[in-house]
Amino acid sequence: MSEPILSLTNISKRFAGVHALNGVHLDLCPGEVHALLGENGAGKSTLVKVITGVHQPDSGEITLNGEQIHLSDPRQATRLGISAIYQELSIFPDLDIAENIFVGRRPTLAAGLVDWRRMYREAGKLLDQLGVHLDLKTKARYLSIAQQQMVEIARALSVNSRILIMDEPTSALTLSEVADLFRIVRRLREDGTAILFISHRLEELFEIANRVTVLRDGAYVDTRTMDEVTQEELIRMMVGRKVTELFPKKEVQQGEVILRVRNLTRKGVFENISFELRKGEILGMAGLVGAGRTEVSQAIFGVVPADEGTVEIDGNEMRVTNPQQVMACGVAYVPEDRQHHGLVTAMDITDNITLPILTRFTRRGWLANKEASQAAYNAATQMEVKATTVWQKVRELSGGNQQKVVLAKWLTTTPRILILDEPTRGIDIGTKAAVHSLMSNLVGQGIAILMISSELPEVLGMSDRILVMHEGHMTALFDRSEANQEKIMLAATQAV
Amino acid sequence: MTTMKHAVSKPNSIQALLRFREVALLIFIIMLCLVISLESPTFLTFNNFSDILLDISVLAMVALAQAMIITTRGIDLSVASMLGLTAMMTSFTIRAYPHTPVGLIVLLGMALGFILGSLNGLLITKGKVPPIIATLGTLSIYRGLIFLYSNGNWINAFELPAAFKQLAKGTSLVLPNLVWVAIFVAVIVYLFLNYTQAGRDIYALGTNPEAAKISGIRTEWVIMMVYMISGGICGLAGVMWASRFEAAQTNTALGFELQTVAASVIGGVSMLGGIGTVPGVLLGALLLGIIQNGLTLSSISPFWQGAVQGFLILLAVVSDSSLQQRVRQTFTRRIPQ
Repeated sequence: MSEPILSLTNISKRFAGVHALNGVHLDLCPGEVHALLGENGAGKSTLVKVITGVHQPDSGEITLNGEQIHLSDPRQATRLGISAIYQELSIFPDLDIAENIFVGRRPTLAAGLVDWRRMYREAGKLLDQLGVHLDLKTKARYLSIAQQQMVEIARALSVNSRILIMDEPTSALTLSEVADLFRIVRRLREDGTAILFISHRLEELFEIANRVTVLRDGAYVDTRTMDEVTQEELIRMMVGRKVTELFPKKEVQQGEVILRVRNLTRKGVFENISFELRKGEILGMAGLVGAGRTEVSQAIFGVVPADEGTVEIDGNEMRVTNPQQVMACGVAYVPEDRQHHGLVTAMDITDNITLPILTRFTRRGWLANKEASQAAYNAATQMEVKATTVWQKVRELSGGNQQKVVLAKWLTTTPRILILDEPTRGIDIGTKAAVHSLMSNLVGQGIAILMISSELPEVLGMSDRILVMHEGHMTALFDRSEANQEKIMLAATQAV
Repeated sequence: MTTMKHAVSKPNSIQALLRFREVALLIFIIMLCLVISLESPTFLTFNNFSDILLDISVLAMVALAQAMIITTRGIDLSVASMLGLTAMMTSFTIRAYPHTPVGLIVLLGMALGFILGSLNGLLITKGKVPPIIATLGTLSIYRGLIFLYSNGNWINAFELPAAFKQLAKGTSLVLPNLVWVAIFVAVIVYLFLNYTQAGRDIYALGTNPEAAKISGIRTEWVIMMVYMISGGICGLAGVMWASRFEAAQTNTALGFELQTVAASVIGGVSMLGGIGTVPGVLLGALLLGIIQNGLTLSSISPFWQGAVQGFLILLAVVSDSSLQQRVRQTFTRRIPQ
């Protein structure tokens, strides 16, 4: 093994008191593809941002070619030969391919004017080098994701990057596009580029990576060579923690089937999803981000239409066309993105909580404010929302309290089926426990819950049954007793 | 890599449509000219067209500045007030010192506008005030300053020296000077937007501000710059306005800012940022000028002028957003099989 070009030692980074990274190590050697592996929230993205100078570590050392460096901003990282291709592509949709490659560093004539001819010539050379044939004057807007990635790789080549970071480059690609990408990655590796490769698809890593570093909960687990490690080992390294008693799951007598989904399909997003949900049951939906879980739940709730398949509530098959219709059947949906879908953050707690049930407080077209705020107060108290008054603006509340307001809002509609999308993402451990015990109480009252969660301990701790999705397909359905982290990860990464 | 080649050819047809934008506008303008000339025989004469160009010169200049700002996802509502204020201040100056060289007055106007525009830029970049709010505020403030500065007085034609009046209205090479000034500004802006790093950064910033930052573009500076340029152009336009109308009034160019936005939007500048061309904006201004001129010649009520202008703006935006929708379809996600 050659000398590492980039070494990170003991890197720690805190956000608002929470360790996003805690004593992480990473060595990158020229001519290797180094995989970075970890669950959602394990700290991979933060680590990438430290390497690219977007975040500065609180402690730890970074050395480049044996010299200690301090990365203060992304431009400096670029100058030092570090380039990153992010999950959200940093493409300029209205600029053409050539300019996308050279943005920020366009070749100029002596007079300081942009030398378009040279720009097209050099862009053409770079794409030839990659074996990609595209019209350089095409606006990036009209390229496929795979093509946009090629443009970004060309951009990295144009600054002679010695270190290239690829954050989930394959997540939006088809198999043939992945093959093209890997061909280019191998070529770059042969030329001596150090590549840090982030992917959830384990089988891919065995195909392309030389070494792997695993992170878990922001901490360093281990670095291994790919030849000496098995998929099962990697999964254990990623998830290997004990499920604590954070999850107060009570045994609940389950009732009859209240929701039945058959062969639900939305072309290009998910296919043939079938399951049943019983009264008093929590059905967990596990899978990687982007597996299509949210889309399935939105199709059930009528936010987006499904192309095929049926949804039955109480044994009545219905054509779901809009959320109002589903809400009338007693379904409530708590979306993942609280800021955008779950709350009107500029309005106060009362307005938010009573939004779905406003008609109840309307007298001859006029709103009975006093009754509304009383109802909001009751709901907020029940949920233990911490706020000064029920007239406080929701955006002034903490993430955990916002989540409680969302829950309070939907509980006032007295739902019989509750769809929760990532109910505890980004909230503190105390609120998490409160949300979990609330869920337990609700199923105790006979409510059925469909819970989407990317946190394996939460899925395992709270669910009666667990449905696993991978890239739009349902890959497993486990009973609580037979499920464990390894099995779920295998099904979610389709490594079976 | 056959898959890659395939995917490009199809979107190219949409691109062709986009390029069609300026061409479509030009065809529309030509057809409109033919229709108007049937109605009024004096329309298609050189003199009348020279008049139209003179009428739209100031609009074209300021609309170009506006377009640059809209391309960065901003807007400058204070352009008319900056124009009015510099017109008033330079006119007072030349009344007090009638022998000042005209070139110096032009420079003074541009410098004043530059300062006013810088204030807008500072409010937006340092003060973090959204552009529409910041310039709405300075719209009123700068207009108020016109009253304060002039005590409500006007500068009339007899108070201005002949050399100053000739600045806009004199002719060289068959066209009025003011038209040449506008052409000069348009050429400079065109070169700036297409051949300088800073000019290209305006587009990069407008089409993806986050990526622009990651790419090392100093986004705050780019934003500051477009508002300063806007101020400078408004200063020049203010001097030209005073010279052309031989007057500086407290209500000079009142409401003119909406004309500049209209010309930009009709010319294909996207309110979402990142898209806009100099020829497009010039055609937008030309179309507005022709409608005004044509309707006046055909002695149609001025009400129709407003209505037609409104209709054109809506037409431009609707055709724009339906294009956007087509584009979005090419971005729909698919699952790997």
